[in-house]
This record gives sequence, C-alpha cells and structure tokens, in this order.
Amino acid sequence: MSVMSREWLLTEQPASRRQAHVGQAYRTWLALRGNRLAMVGLGIIVVLILMAVLAPLIAPYDPIQGGDLRTERLLPPSWQHLMGTDDLARDIWSRVAYGSRITLMVVALVAVIATPVGLLVGTISGYFGGVVDTVLMRITDIFLAFPQLVLALAFVAALGPGIENAIIAISITSWPPYARLARAETLTIRNADHIAAIKLQGASSLRIIWGHVVPLCLSSVVIRVTLDMAGIILTAAGLGFLGLGAQPPQPEWGAMIAEGRQFIIDNWWVSTMPGIAIFVVSLGFNFLGDGLRDVMDPKARK
Amino acid sequence: MTAVEETEGRNGALPPWVGRLGRLLVTLVITLVGLLFVTFLIGRVVPIDPVLAAVGDRASESTYHKVYLELGLDKPLWEQFLIYVNNVLHGNLGESVLTNRPVLDDIADTFPATLELSTFAILIGTCVGVPLGVWAAVRQGRLVDQIVRVLGLVGYSAPIFWLGLTGLLVFYARLGWVAGPGRIDIAYQYDVERITGMMLVDTLLQGQWDAFWNALSHILLPGTLLGYYSLAYISRMTRSFMLAELGQEYIITARVKGVRESRIIWRHALRNAAVPLVTVIALSYGNLLQGAVLTETVFAWPGLGMYLTNSLGSADMNAVLGATLVIGAVFVALNLLSDVLYTVLDPRVRRRG
Amino acid sequence: MLSGIRLFALGAISALALATAAPVRAATPADTLVQAWAIDDMISIDPAEVYEISASEILGNSYQRLVGYDVNDVSKLHGEIAQSWTISPDGKTISFTIKPGLKFASGNPITAEDAVFSFVRAVKLDKSPAFILDQFGLTKDNVDKMVVQTGPMTLDFHMDKAYSPSFVLYCLTSTVGMIVDKKLVMSHEANGDMGYGWLKTHYAGSGPFAIKEWKPNDSVVMERNANWDGPAPKIKRVIYRHVPEPATQRLLLQKGDIDIARNLGADDLKALKTDADIKLESGVKGTIYYMGLNQKNPNLAKPEVRQAMKYLVDYATIADTIMGGLVKVHQTFEPSGMLGTLEKNPFSLDVAKAKELLAKAGLPDGFKVTMDTRNSPDITGMAQAIQQTMAQAGIQIELIPGDGKQTLTKYRARNHDIYIGVWGPDYQDPNSNAQGFVSNPDNGDNASTKTLAWRNAWDIPDLTKETDAALLEADPAKRAAMYEDLQQKALDTSPFVIMFQQVEAFGIRKNVDGVIIGPSFNDNGFYAVSKH
Repeated sequence: MSVMSREWLLTEQPASRRQAHVGQAYRTWLALRGNRLAMVGLGIIVVLILMAVLAPLIAPYDPIQGGDLRTERLLPPSWQHLMGTDDLARDIWSRVAYGSRITLMVVALVAVIATPVGLLVGTISGYFGGVVDTVLMRITDIFLAFPQLVLALAFVAALGPGIENAIIAISITSWPPYARLARAETLTIRNADHIAAIKLQGASSLRIIWGHVVPLCLSSVVIRVTLDMAGIILTAAGLGFLGLGAQPPQPEWGAMIAEGRQFIIDNWWVSTMPGIAIFVVSLGFNFLGDGLRDVMDPKARK
Repeated sequence: MTAVEETEGRNGALPPWVGRLGRLLVTLVITLVGLLFVTFLIGRVVPIDPVLAAVGDRASESTYHKVYLELGLDKPLWEQFLIYVNNVLHGNLGESVLTNRPVLDDIADTFPATLELSTFAILIGTCVGVPLGVWAAVRQGRLVDQIVRVLGLVGYSAPIFWLGLTGLLVFYARLGWVAGPGRIDIAYQYDVERITGMMLVDTLLQGQWDAFWNALSHILLPGTLLGYYSLAYISRMTRSFMLAELGQEYIITARVKGVRESRIIWRHALRNAAVPLVTVIALSYGNLLQGAVLTETVFAWPGLGMYLTNSLGSADMNAVLGATLVIGAVFVALNLLSDVLYTVLDPRVRRRG
Repeated sequence: MLSGIRLFALGAISALALATAAPVRAATPADTLVQAWAIDDMISIDPAEVYEISASEILGNSYQRLVGYDVNDVSKLHGEIAQSWTISPDGKTISFTIKPGLKFASGNPITAEDAVFSFVRAVKLDKSPAFILDQFGLTKDNVDKMVVQTGPMTLDFHMDKAYSPSFVLYCLTSTVGMIVDKKLVMSHEANGDMGYGWLKTHYAGSGPFAIKEWKPNDSVVMERNANWDGPAPKIKRVIYRHVPEPATQRLLLQKGDIDIARNLGADDLKALKTDADIKLESGVKGTIYYMGLNQKNPNLAKPEVRQAMKYLVDYATIADTIMGGLVKVHQTFEPSGMLGTLEKNPFSLDVAKAKELLAKAGLPDGFKVTMDTRNSPDITGMAQAIQQTMAQAGIQIELIPGDGKQTLTKYRARNHDIYIGVWGPDYQDPNSNAQGFVSNPDNGDNASTKTLAWRNAWDIPDLTKETDAALLEADPAKRAAMYEDLQQKALDTSPFVIMFQQVEAFGIRKNVDGVIIGPSFNDNGFYAVSKH
C-alpha cells in the first residue's frame, strides 16, 4: 500500500477502484468533521467503547455482588458512590460502567446478524428479479408490516426472556429495511458494464453477487445500520424494561430502570442514572447518524 | 421507512392510480396472510407450557390432560394452523387464558383507549411539529433550525418509559400538575357510561364536565410524551418538504411579484408540502401504536399496549398473538391509507426518494 | 410571518393551563372503599374454581361457608351457614344442620340443597381446588352418594376413612367449601355445565358484599348485600383497582386517590411510617419462602451439605432490609397460626459452622451449583443476598433467572439444582403443608403424586407414613404433637431451607377503620370498615 497521503486520497483521478472508495470515505470524514453535532456524537460513542473496554478499571465495585445490606443500601450519590447504590447495596456507577458492555454487545451482534441477512436477501432479490424478487420482497413486506417493537415482543414471548433471545428478536425485526436498501442498490448496479463483463466471463451468479454486488451495497447498508443503532439500543432497553431482555442481576440499563421504578419516589437516582446512560448513548448515535445523513445525502443538506 | 416508499411504478393504459390501488390491495391480502403465518409460528414455538399457564401450579394430572386436549395441542401442526386461520377469519382469536374472554372482545374493549391516546398524541405532534418544521425551514441554518433539530434528536433518543416514569415523579408526585396513572379518577370511573370507549369523548357526550377535565388531566402527560415522539419526526419531515417547496420556481415568481412572505409560506409552500406531509402523519400515527406499548405500561393506561404486556407476563399466547395481529393489521391499514391519500391528493403521483 | 406559530403556541399553553387547573377530587367517596391491588392473577370468581390469592379474598367477602374459624384464634371453629354438626361414632360421617331463615343475595332461601349442590358441583367440575374435597374419598362417580341431603335443612357428609374432624372442618373453610345459590346458578346452566360458564364471571353467594362487576386486569366492584345475616356493612361499595406497581399504589394512596394500598414494597412501608395521613397494618399470612435442594444433585444429597446450607442464609438481615415489613423469619414448614406449628428458628448465619459441616461432607472448599430464580424483585433480591453469604463458605451459586412459568416448569420436571419457592397452605390445616414438604409416596419420575418432596427427589417412606397417620388422629392435641415431630425431623434432615413467612402489609388512609387482616387470604374482611 502506498503512503495514504492527502493528495492520494483526494485525487480527482483515482488509479484504482479501491483508491476511489477510500478517497470517498476520506471526503465523507472531512465533511463530517465540520459537523459539530456529529463530532459530539462520535465522542460519546468513543467514550462508550472506552467505558466498556475499561469497565474493570473504572468501576470501583463489583457490579453484581452488593455491599452490606444493612448499611449500604439505597445510598444517594456521593464521592464513595458516584451514582449512589441500589436496593441490593450495589454501586450504580459500577453497574452502569459494566452495562455499557451489554449495550455495545447488543448493538454489535444485531449489526452482525441483521446486516448480512438484509444484504443477502436484498442483493439476491435485486440481482435475479422475477419470481425470486417477488417472493423475497413479499416476505420482507410482511416483516415490515409489523411495528418493530411489537414483533420483537412477540418473538421474545415465544423464545423466552433473556438477552440472547432479545438480540435474536431485534435482529429478526431489523433486517427488512436493509434488504430493501440493498435491493434498490443492486437494481442500479446489476446492469453496469463491469458486471456485464464479469457475466460474460462465465462467473456464477453467486460469485457475482458475493464478489461484486455485495461489496458495492455494503457502504450504504452499513450507514443505514449506523443510523438505526440508537433505535436498536432503545428497543433492547425497552425489552429489558419489560423484563423480557437481560435478566437480573445483569446490569443492563433498561432492566436497571425497571428495578429502580419501585424506589423512584424516595430514591430517584436508582432509575435515573441508567436512564441518563441510555439517553446519552442513543443521543450520541443519533447525532452521528444525523451528521452522516447530511454528508451522504446532499439533497437534505442544501 | 415503509414498504410503499420504494415500490416501483408500472406504466399501463389505465390511469396509474388504478393499477397502483389494485396492487396495493393484493399486497394487503398477502401481507395479512403473512401476518397470520408469522403469529401462528411464534405461538407454536413457545417453551412455556401453555397448559400450565392455564391451570396453575397445583392442578391434578387429569385436569392438566383435559386442558391439553381442550387447547388442541395433540393435533399435528398443520392442522392447528388451518384451525387458527379458520378461526381468525371468523373473528375468533381464541380465549385469553388471563381474562377468560374471547381475545377479540378484550381487544375491542382496550382498543379505544389506545386510539384516544394516539389521537391525542398525533394532534400534539401535528399542531406543534408542523409549525416548528416550517419555522426551521424558513430560518434554515440559523439558531432556530439547530434548536428544532436537536429537539427532534432528543425525542428520538430518550427512552419513553424512562421519560414517563420521570414525568410522573415530577409532574404528578412532586408538583401535582397532572393526574396520575390510569384514564380517570376512580371517583368518576363508574359515572361515565361507555359509548365510544374514549373517555374524553364519552364525558363530553354526556356533558360531564368535571369528569372531562379529570380525564384530560390524566391523558395530558402520556399524550404529550407520546406526541413529542411524533413531533420529532413530523417537524423533521415538514422542514425537508418545505425546503423542497421553497426552492421551487413558483415561490420565486411569487416573491418577485411581491406577495407577502407569510402568505408565500403558509398559503403556497405549505399547501403543496401538505400532500407528502399527510402521508407522513398517517405513518407516524401507526408508529404511535408501538410507542403506546411502553407508554401505556408506565401509565397504567388500559389500552392495547398494556393488554399486550400483561399477556406477555402471563404467557397468555392467544392474547399476545391476537394483539400483535391487530396492531399489525392496523399498521398495514394505515400504511395503505397513507398511500391512498397520497394517490388521491396528488394526481401526479410524484415519487419521492 | 410567525403569527401562525404564535397562535399554535397560545393554544397549546392555554390547553395546558386549563388542564392543570382541572378539578382533581381529593378523596374517594365516603361510602366507598377503594383499594389498589395487583389482581392480575384472577381467572375466575367461581368458588369451585378459585385458587388465586386475590379471588380468594374477594370470595371471602362475598360468600359464606358451612363453618368458619376465629381469625384471631384459628383453633376456634364456629358455624357460618351451619347451625351445628355432629360426627358419627365410626368417624366417617359428619351431619350438618343449616341455620334457618338465611337468604342469598338473590333473595332465594339457603337450604341443605344448596350446600349439597355446592360440594357435588365442585367435585364434578374437577377444577384446581377440587382435590381438597377429593381427599376424603369423594370422586365424580360417588359424590352423589357421599354428600347427601337428609332433610330440608340437614345433610350428611360421608368419607372413606375416619379422618380427623379438625382436618375435615378446616378443609371446608376454604373457598371450595363456599355455598352457592343453586337455583340462580342452575338457571344459567348451559350444556350441562352446572352453570360453570356463567359463574366464572358472575356471583351467586350470601356474604356481606355482592360482586357486581369483575373486569379482568382492571377492577372488581362489590356492593353491600342487604340479605347478609351479619351486621350491615357501613360502606356501600368496595372497589378493587388493578395497580401492579407498588410505587404507583403508594402515590395513589398518598394523594388520597385510594384508601388502601395492598402491594407496597419494603421501602415504601418504611417511608410511609412517617406519613401523618397513613397508617400501616399487617397480618402474618400462611405463605412460606423456602429453598428446595434437588437430591438428584450428588452434592446437595449429602446430609451435611443440606444442614450447612441452612447456616448460610442471613435470615435476619434479609427480613430487616430488602424484605423489611414483608416477611418474618420462620424456619419450620408449618406457618405460624396453624395447628401444631413448631415455633422454632434454630438457624442463623454461621459461616464457621457451615464450613465444618462441609468439611465433614468432604467438600471443604465448597462447590458450584445453580439456582433457578423467578425474576420478580423479591425473589431476585433474596437470591442475590443468599448468593453472597453462600460464597463465604465456598459455595458458588450461579443464578439462572427466568419468569415464573419458566422456572416453575423446570422445577416441576426436577431439572433444577436449587429453587427458591413460595408455598402457601391450600386450606387452614397442617396437613396441607405436611403433604407438600414431608410426604412423597412414590419418588419415581412418573409418580402420580408430585409433592414438593417429590420435586426435590427426597425419598422419605417413613415420614410419608407418619404424615398419613396424622390425618387420622382424632385427638387435636395428639395430632398437633405429631406435626411438631415432623417439623423437627424436617429441620434436622430435609432438603428444604425454610426461611421466611409472609407478612401482608396494608397501607391505609387514617380515616379508614375496621379492616380485618386474617391468617389466610379469604379471611381478609372489609364488612366492618367505616370511613370518617
């Protein structure tokens, strides 16, 4: 790889498709950097990741094992307990810190499961067209016909409560928009000259889809997934709140709010702290997503 | 955000809207059958023992077996699906284990409460969201625009159940500005006769002003919170539609002619932006249904959403699937409605996106 | 240009102002008692079917039984609908005489025919509580011959053995023994269902209040029954409103929107102690919190391990903090307030003693084990506190959370290691819990009787025989001694770590008097309530 100089990245005559792609991404980044809200969002996400990675270092107490029930229950925020303690004498800050791992895991796993499914369904549908397209898109439509949270609720009811099942349920309900997007992209690509050229060389359809169509759809789908991340976090928290997501004693933020609601009158901090955590993180993803949308869609920016 | 947005057009001899509506109807039917299949499948993979859910912990083995047969669990899966479809077509969604009543009756009882809440919310969302969006578009890039944008993003980001809890704590428990959970105080509950099932409407129809104000003070907090969510979306879309209109030539022409700016904005631009806006409002009306699930749970609002979460808690699968099916169907219907409105209001059948 | 926006803003603000100025009635009506309670467990209000806590209480206030007991001293039995009863010399028949002149809420007279009908109906319908009557040898086929009318106001109750009379009479005080209005019920019969379809959601009783309306998951309304033979209740209406959240109940109570809050949490109770408008009343209930140790797990099957675990729960701290005001420490399987209860709590947190026992069992460093915990706040909190103290002796517990149905399904299949359970007696007699905890007629996987001992695979042929014997002991004092002995043996050897007994706490507005909190849920009475 040559040195990625600024000139190389911003050249008007890219030497390879890869250079064009990387250059495009760099230009996006430059535009994004000028967007203050997007940078705030990015900052929040970086902090979230650091928090998850460094949880054992920044959490002064065990997130699961509580302290002395007689003396350390439901203490208000103080220097000993930055966010106070909960009803089982656990340090809320430590739980919020460890909870960031669960939140990140949910977002990452849903992205890892839903993106490939959406991509595959969309590209196959768009590439082959005809009956395949009709059938796959009808299935997609059916899934789109349910409000996401309600469908996820029904799935979790069927699978049983638990964080793994919540992730599966959210994934099942997340892929359809990605499939639609990938299909739309594929429709514009499939008749492109270079695809036709590869077809002439006798490459199999699967190969063409996997090797040439999917990579081209990837960036727009990935951006769409990023835009959805705040929604994923909120859905997971909602499931946790209803007792269908992560189960106690796991320090999942939604479940923590649910646990704290019994104490909300006298001990507001128990449910407020995890609530703020969810709010800030999904705000971060929304800020970033908003900035990305502006940059990627010049129409909206104007 | 929905299926209709990206459907392709088709050229034919008939006016385009006929084909479009026809295709929509076919889609509707297929989608509804699909909904049925999905809910049925979900219902059959539950690891919870539905018999146990029905008879309780201490029932004898013979009672257990009797209920097992009653629920048709001994029959093959395909037969159970056919029975299910047949039942649904006859308006039979099964009996709720929890309430011992036909699920459809339960839904008919709870739906008006949800409708009332969502309608209240969409009114707030529209009445506040549209002017805000217009304002932001007019002052594009200025402080107002930024504030509206952040306001919208905050609306997208805050977990509604948490806002609800906090709102109850502050406005009900601490300040006493609004009434607490539920639709109306118990003192009025048994005086209000059920006509439409919507408290605000029923109390008005019966001229019970005290009860009306009481019901209003109950709906205010959950309705406003829910409204805020649709506001975030509506103001954002209004802004972008307005921006598109304000850049059109006829606006420039009007300006050159010296038409008053307020007239240009409210009469000319907004009227044209209204067409796509109506579809957006219809769609967010559908989306409120899912926001209502969590809001109703927090505010003990006896609607479809709370019915759903209650049933979930007791593994009452008939009720869960019935509610899911109905919410899905309403959602589909609203999507269809927004599409029809779009077609009817705008003969050009413009395509967005 | 902004006139439109201003207009909207003005509208919104004035709407807000109007709504906030709306009148909120400060108190509940003077003739109505309003309670907030989680009543989502109710599935029926038919005495032949009711088996749920909330429905039991509602029936307790709206139906009458042949016999009742003094809620302050359970050993004192008295007639409710029955004027008197005699026991045959062979001990296998009880003859009841009905009080004359009683009437149902419908106006129909109460006769022996109604009583016979009620028992026959319950046995024939064979719903969850039918086994309480079946215990005496009643079956669908023979019940017509076992419970017979001998005159307009007399009936005979035959049994297959000479059961202890106290056992039989206590069983008849449960909800399944409530007397229904035959004429009214049968007028709603459909397809030979003995009025089952109708009575599930309707009322046909004779108690202080009549059930007017039950909206599942929403509310129950009862109204004063003028035909009740007791002193007329001072309040006209009792309304139960379904409010699942303790915090919400407390807010409603403090605001005066309700008169009584029924599901307050430990910390709510603590906070309400200082509220001048609220008083707290409580009563000990029969429900017991225990840990079941599955004997299929080789470690838990060791007698020393079972005993060691009893020393590894910090009973007092849990009862004082997370469960403060909601439980009392109680370690024998019969709850306080029952005939023959052994009032003895020998265990407390003693890590050294537990370690010693574990060493004897060959497990000086402890072991790993799982515990299935229902995801309700009380059980979860308890489980985590126990997890912590067990760890001090090296026993590492992995919690497996699940919802009630999931954990119960697993427990009933004997697939657990440790299960935290809640168990209440089915009727006010020691046999109920003895049957559960110390009787296991067949420990095979396909046994027909699946008691709690069976669920934990505790094979106890001797104790099973002793439990059966206690049923036939006619002398109450001797019978009590037999149960005390069984409880002592359970303390010494059983795989049950019995921890707490439930205390039911009511948060009541100061202007409400006369609430009766009895030992079982159908004893909570509101007929004496007055508001001032």
